[in-house]
Amino acid sequence: MTMTTSSTSTSPSRKSGTRSGYRFNIVGMIGLAIILFWALIAIFAPVIIPYPVGEIVDVDYFGPLSREFWFGSDYLGRDMFSRILMGARYTVGISLAAVTIACFSGVVLGMIAAVAGGWLDTLLSRFLDALNSIPGKLFGLVVVAAVGSSIPVLILTLSVIYIPGSYRFARALAVNINAMDFITVARIRGENTFYLIRSEILPNIAGPVLADLGLRFVFIVLLLSGLSFLGLGVQPPYADWGALVRENIGGLPFGAPAVMFPSLAIASLTISVNLLIDNLPQKIRDRSE
Amino acid sequence: MNNPVLSLVLSRLLIAVVTLLIVSFAVFFATTLLPGDTATILLGQAATPEAVAGLRAAMHLDEPALLRFLRWIVGLLHGDLGTSYANEMPVADLIAGRFINTLKLAGVTALFSVPIALTLGITAAMLRGSLYDRIVTVLTIGVISVPEFMVATSAVLIFAVYLKWLPALSFANEIHTVSEMLRVYAMPVITLTFVVSAQMIRMTRAAVIETLNTPYVEMALLKGASRSRIVFRHALPNALGPIVNAVALSLSYLLGGVIIVETIFNYPGIAKLMVDAVATRDLPLIQSCAMIFCVGYLFLITAADIIAILSNPRLR
Repeated sequence: MTMTTSSTSTSPSRKSGTRSGYRFNIVGMIGLAIILFWALIAIFAPVIIPYPVGEIVDVDYFGPLSREFWFGSDYLGRDMFSRILMGARYTVGISLAAVTIACFSGVVLGMIAAVAGGWLDTLLSRFLDALNSIPGKLFGLVVVAAVGSSIPVLILTLSVIYIPGSYRFARALAVNINAMDFITVARIRGENTFYLIRSEILPNIAGPVLADLGLRFVFIVLLLSGLSFLGLGVQPPYADWGALVRENIGGLPFGAPAVMFPSLAIASLTISVNLLIDNLPQKIRDRSE
Repeated sequence: MNNPVLSLVLSRLLIAVVTLLIVSFAVFFATTLLPGDTATILLGQAATPEAVAGLRAAMHLDEPALLRFLRWIVGLLHGDLGTSYANEMPVADLIAGRFINTLKLAGVTALFSVPIALTLGITAAMLRGSLYDRIVTVLTIGVISVPEFMVATSAVLIFAVYLKWLPALSFANEIHTVSEMLRVYAMPVITLTFVVSAQMIRMTRAAVIETLNTPYVEMALLKGASRSRIVFRHALPNALGPIVNAVALSLSYLLGGVIIVETIFNYPGIAKLMVDAVATRDLPLIQSCAMIFCVGYLFLITAADIIAILSNPRLR
């Protein structure tokens, strides 16, 4: 496993080895805390925002940070802090819905393909691979051009884009499990496909699938923000974080805080999900040793 | 001897062609899902039913969708991309100049990002676990996990707002001098280079580390070869295939990046054309642009696969 066994690298690796369990926990915990923070914000945003999101409250536009307006004001003089808190609902909510649909469909199809095998497997894999070779942003653009943008359309489009990846991942895992003896035993016992999937395969792939779900959540947040930034995602008067950047892009030459804070919100969410996922397996591995 | 390689490559090409067919099918039907009749939209609400019927017949809209799809595909193969709804110009004329602009942008980006990414990726893998490696890894994960427009806005904030080296978002379409050209290209290229390099560094590092974990490298280590000899004589030649594969795959991230970058910097490329076409619902233009992007993407991932096949010594 450890290839860098030369004398220079032994001391730091041993040091991090004894400390890693604890330290990785902390990093993972920070990630988890930020994710929970945004989840709570998304739920309670209407109660805690200091100003109504649609109301022009500042006399200045692109106002700086101040005591009344924590994150400054936007291109119309609306309070950025309130708008970002409300934006969390759209960014987190739409992404969560899309990732749930994508991973549920992908994993179920993947397990069915792995257990059933044969022509069903080939057909599904070919079709989903073809779907996978359309770049995500492009697919979003084409669909939005065709049917217009609304929140249900966005959720469905985003989930369709990420079903193939989820399918591939789950199928690869399930194929490995499928070759194990206890599956053969279950088959001989006469169990049906549904039982095999639910009771034999799913419990064995649940961990990696959950990690994959987190990763896909990051991709979906990024794609949704990208689409909203292009003006094809969440439509005014509502605004997710990507749309907030788009609205206020005019303030960029002056370095307005209204441009940076929504981006920072996205970055804080995606980076903490990444941190959590990167550190979760490490923690589990350390515990099992 | 050469047969397994040849048949694998041929089957990969065949898959690419089939995929392209499915993709074009998907693109065509996604754009014809448009609610409402195209002829009515073009002529406006006040059009007489006869005029609408006439236009429908002229545009072959009264034919079954499958027939229109075949007509469209045959047109594409003959280089006939259709006529833009918005300004009645042939799509091919609209696209040609823009396409070259985008290719220039992509080419310059590749020219910068490939050497940078390979150097950083390979050295990070060589010095795995060191402070340098950790800094590179954290930076690449940072760039990968933020949206492309944030990389772009950060670049503008740093280079235009604080350092004042470059103009922020205004770009002239006519370029007269070299310095003007540099100014037009600098910001989009910087942004794209960051986005693409981050992917490439990650994949290159993973490819080299995978090679360093093989038994023959351990053998080289045990017989007392120096670290640079292990990397340059034993590991790198074998990692070359995966590395080139990684380069081709990460260049496909250019496609996603270019859409954002051309929009934010107002660069007159094909992605900007497409985003504008979406706003005006100019379907023939959207279809053609989408097909160009899909072909480019498919070309890159197929090339990556074929390189991986060709570089696998077990198949030779």
